[in-house]
Amino acid sequence: MITGTQLASGAGINIWYVLAAILISAVITFALRALPFILFKDNRMLPGWLQRLGKLLPSAIMAVLIVYCVKDIRDAMLPAGLLELIAVVIVAASYKWKHNTFLSILLGTAAYMVMIRIV
Amino acid sequence: MDNNRRYIAKGMVKKDTKNAFNKAFVKSLPIMCSYLFVSMAYGMMMEESGFHWYYSLFASLTIYTGAFQFVLITFLSSTASIATIAVTSLLMNSRQTFYSLKFVKDFKRMGRRKLYMIHTMTDETYAVNCTLDENEPEHDDEMFFVALLSRCYWMAGAVAGGVIGQLIPFSLDGIDFCMTALFVIIFIDQWEKADNHIPAVTGIAAAILCLYVFGTTAFMLPSLILVSGILVCLNMRRPAREAADDNAGAVDNIAADNTGNTGRETQR
Repeated sequence: MITGTQLASGAGINIWYVLAAILISAVITFALRALPFILFKDNRMLPGWLQRLGKLLPSAIMAVLIVYCVKDIRDAMLPAGLLELIAVVIVAASYKWKHNTFLSILLGTAAYMVMIRIV
Repeated sequence: MDNNRRYIAKGMVKKDTKNAFNKAFVKSLPIMCSYLFVSMAYGMMMEESGFHWYYSLFASLTIYTGAFQFVLITFLSSTASIATIAVTSLLMNSRQTFYSLKFVKDFKRMGRRKLYMIHTMTDETYAVNCTLDENEPEHDDEMFFVALLSRCYWMAGAVAGGVIGQLIPFSLDGIDFCMTALFVIIFIDQWEKADNHIPAVTGIAAAILCLYVFGTTAFMLPSLILVSGILVCLNMRRPAREAADDNAGAVDNIAADNTGNTGRETQR
């Protein structure tokens, strides 16, 4: 993320853009939480297709997000992309093994941070 | 009971309020562990991207939804379009609608605290509030305190992460991997609970397809729209068998029995 490091190095954050982005997200998120109170007095009034979509959407969105997280592998040079994949495997394997969120995030992130420094 | 509620809503401290707070605190302990940890990672990642703790605090105060706040960091760093941000928050946080559905009646009788309860609805508070005994007189107070405490944990962690990130002498380069790790864990959890893996597979396939068609900077929005479109189409054909008796079943599937130390806890 080149732009990220540019921001970090003090190239200047466009504060209005950041504020607008945060506030729009906040308004949308609040509206989603408040939607049942505005539209439906009773959840039986929610159309069936929407209820089923609500069940299916979360795992589909999460799948898209994972691809989003590792998107740079596509353009990265070989070692960098490979390290990220190794770290993902560490997270998945350790989580399958222990089912402990803390452990897996710590292990994967630490492994990744160490690997990008020594390779 | 109703009188009791009314007095508390007006700010008059009743004797059992303290009791409700204590109960809520115990109930919120699992949330504390996961929120402090995840939001500290969030604060550090914000710091690493050049956003100091007050940005983390502001986002946590106004948006208050874990997974999306992480995604927002990368969006902000790459100055993604406001449209992409809006659609992503709409789709990622749409599950909150299903959580709220379950509490419409409870929140409505909570007076002026209703708006706060709506705002603080997350995967975790939903899961914990589902476990509270509805017949107890302090039920509403407990729900309120669980929501209040959880939000405090989240904001405290975000600020602490930002400050620690500033103080740590070495570079936090690579800390952003914690977001990937978090999503992988949530994905595994959802995969294990689901009896239908079509959505997950559709999500991966659509995202990879869009990644190659639109490139790394612009594929997010088309992916989300494509995935939602496919899922709606697949759904239209299916008989509406569960629809009627399901009520908040969608939510139960996602977050119930989830007060322990599991990954879904971190997916707000």
